[in-house]
Amino acid sequence: MGYLPGRVISFMISRFWLILGLVLLMGFAPGVQAESPLRIGTTAVFLDDQVDFLSAWQEYLEQRLGRQVIFVRRGNYGEINDLLQRDQLEFAWTCGYPYVRYKSRLRLLAVPLFNGKPLYQSYLIVPETDTHTRDYGDLKGTMFAYSDPNSNSGWLVPQYEMYKRSIDSAVFFRKFFFTWAHRKVVEAVAAGLADAGAVDGYVWETLALQHPELTSKTRVVYKSAWYGFPPFVARRTVSATDFERMQQVLLNMDQDAQGRALLKRLNLDGFVAGNDEIFAGIASNMRQLGAQ
Amino acid sequence: MKLRDLSYRYKIPISFMLVSVLVVLAVSTTLVVQTYQSARHDLVTNAESLGKSLARALTPMILRDDVWSAYETVITPLGAPAGEQALRGLVVLDTQGRIYVASNPRRFPALRDLATAGVGYNRLLNTVRLNGNDASQVVEDEEDPELFVAVPILTDGYRLGTLILIYSKTVFLSRFYGAMWRVLGITGALLVMLMPLGWYWGRRMAKPLLHLTECMDQVGSLPPDAIECNLDLGEDEIGHLGSRFKAMLAQLKEKQALETEMARANRLAAIGRIAAGIAHEVNNPLGGMLNAVSTLKRHGHPDPFTAKTVSLLERGLLQIKDIVGALLVEARLESHPLTPQDVEDTRTLLTADIRGKAIHFSWKNSLNEPVSLPSTLIRQILMNLLLNATQAVRENGRIECRVWRESGSLWLEVVNDGCHIGERQMEHLFEPFAETHEHGTGFGLWLVHQIILQLNGNIRVESVPGRTQFSVTLPLGGDHADQLETASLPY
Repeated sequence: MGYLPGRVISFMISRFWLILGLVLLMGFAPGVQAESPLRIGTTAVFLDDQVDFLSAWQEYLEQRLGRQVIFVRRGNYGEINDLLQRDQLEFAWTCGYPYVRYKSRLRLLAVPLFNGKPLYQSYLIVPETDTHTRDYGDLKGTMFAYSDPNSNSGWLVPQYEMYKRSIDSAVFFRKFFFTWAHRKVVEAVAAGLADAGAVDGYVWETLALQHPELTSKTRVVYKSAWYGFPPFVARRTVSATDFERMQQVLLNMDQDAQGRALLKRLNLDGFVAGNDEIFAGIASNMRQLGAQ
Repeated sequence: MKLRDLSYRYKIPISFMLVSVLVVLAVSTTLVVQTYQSARHDLVTNAESLGKSLARALTPMILRDDVWSAYETVITPLGAPAGEQALRGLVVLDTQGRIYVASNPRRFPALRDLATAGVGYNRLLNTVRLNGNDASQVVEDEEDPELFVAVPILTDGYRLGTLILIYSKTVFLSRFYGAMWRVLGITGALLVMLMPLGWYWGRRMAKPLLHLTECMDQVGSLPPDAIECNLDLGEDEIGHLGSRFKAMLAQLKEKQALETEMARANRLAAIGRIAAGIAHEVNNPLGGMLNAVSTLKRHGHPDPFTAKTVSLLERGLLQIKDIVGALLVEARLESHPLTPQDVEDTRTLLTADIRGKAIHFSWKNSLNEPVSLPSTLIRQILMNLLLNATQAVRENGRIECRVWRESGSLWLEVVNDGCHIGERQMEHLFEPFAETHEHGTGFGLWLVHQIILQLNGNIRVESVPGRTQFSVTLPLGGDHADQLETASLPY
């Protein structure tokens, strides 16, 4: 670009200030206004492609909280993390790995109960046609699908598993890619695009209930150790009232029929307050891998 | 049978139908070819447009090496069930011809060389350009069941790879066959409508020709006057032929009438010559015998028995003489020119016969001065005709007789309302002994005919039930004076 006429430049400058103003307004306004909406970021830790489910859940939460609730959806964990970091979300349902990673700025709000436990596994899956693969070690030279580099089950756990087996994942696979959602890891493996993939065990089991035609094209080769289930977190700056109200609503969801119906659709049993103990495994893996 | 021998009854309708078939064939072939070309053109155009937009969408994904998004992009156009869609798959190749991503990863595993997917793909890889900034490319091989459209994936003029769209020829062809069958169905229906129409028009066009042929076929097998043809064929060539045929038929009829007339005249002349010859030959010994008998009677003094016998002989001989005389139509040299009174005398002679049958007799004699025709012969003609008439009529019948002079001829006309002359009788009317009835010798009309012939005249007979008319015309030409002196039979 060479030079621009003065009028255009001045127009661009005025636009810059306007946008900056709007960004600042969006950033600080919620803190100032007590009754502003509660924004909950969601990630692919669950099957978030059900718009009608989210609107039903939103309605439920609004009823219980007496506040407007907005679900904020983004393409990957990273974006939700960023929004949390920049205080643009009050809460988020994210993965254990980002929680452990950014614990200093986050508070544990609630941990879902899956099959009665706040725990889940990472599954290694291969296409159903692949009958010989038994473990990560059999996957040399294959195409591998991770879900998200910020996912515990879809990135950190397989990294750790291969580390344990002295496999250098960077050169072990012919190629790897991210699908940015657990469900899509299952789809990539089912279609044969990937020769194997690492997926959230809870997502795979839920899909097996809701879309057996998809999971039946895959085979679970290996189930990892149990890790803390992807938790609900709040940013540290959220007021104690909002935190507690939200936590109570979640913890009591299994107490009423409507809440139970929503939990059933999520294939969850309820929520517990949880503690950092259950995420110790993730923290340990992070340390061993030197991941920050 | 050769085609040229086939009747126009079939040839024209078949030609019409053949033309319909050819037209319909030409139209359907054109339509089918056009359908094929436009279907293929549509396929390629759609493929190129789809390919270009997909290639644009794929560019950032390939730059980011986002395999999953690229996969989601290439499976998007494959929404419909495979059976209905011609687009069978998409493959993204890198610049080395390796598979980057494909809509069907099992068949086209990522990072493999496309050539490993099959022979057809090896050929495709050899044909398709993987570098440079070329436009899209259509690759089709006779042996492949698939058609390929290759679209370059470019960013800022730099080639990232190639998007291959795989189309099933089977689906395309089956769709084309569907369209083709529709075209053939429509044109077939058209043919079904055109064929009977062609047949009908052909038959209609051939009809006058066939009719004319039927008429012409009758010539030869039927006498011309028995041929009945209603030829109303219009003004075209066949109409012209028809009118020429009509003219020809009329000429044929005329010719036949002339021939019949001539044959009769010849027959009469022959009979006349034979009769006259015999009469002449009989006359000489007859004259001698009569002389002998006369001499015997006058000078022989025969006894009564002989005298009676001689008398019997004489009567017999005289009867022969009468008959022979009648056959000869002897010239009456002593004849004087015909006067009105001569005509009136004939009437007088007939009075008794007319009264006897109570006949209504109408007589009109317009002659008021003598005419130069031999009176004896004319009276004989008139007498014979009138006697025949009185015999033909029943009681209270009607006879008309007119005699007049007009344009150099003498006209005699005798009409009666008695039994008419049948067709077969008419044929031999003027021949001697043609009719046998109680009265007369059977010579009457023959005699009349002979006399008229001799006087260069003409006789006409018209006979229908209830009316029989004899009309005689005798010319009063320059040689009549001559005739008065030398009138004799033509031998």
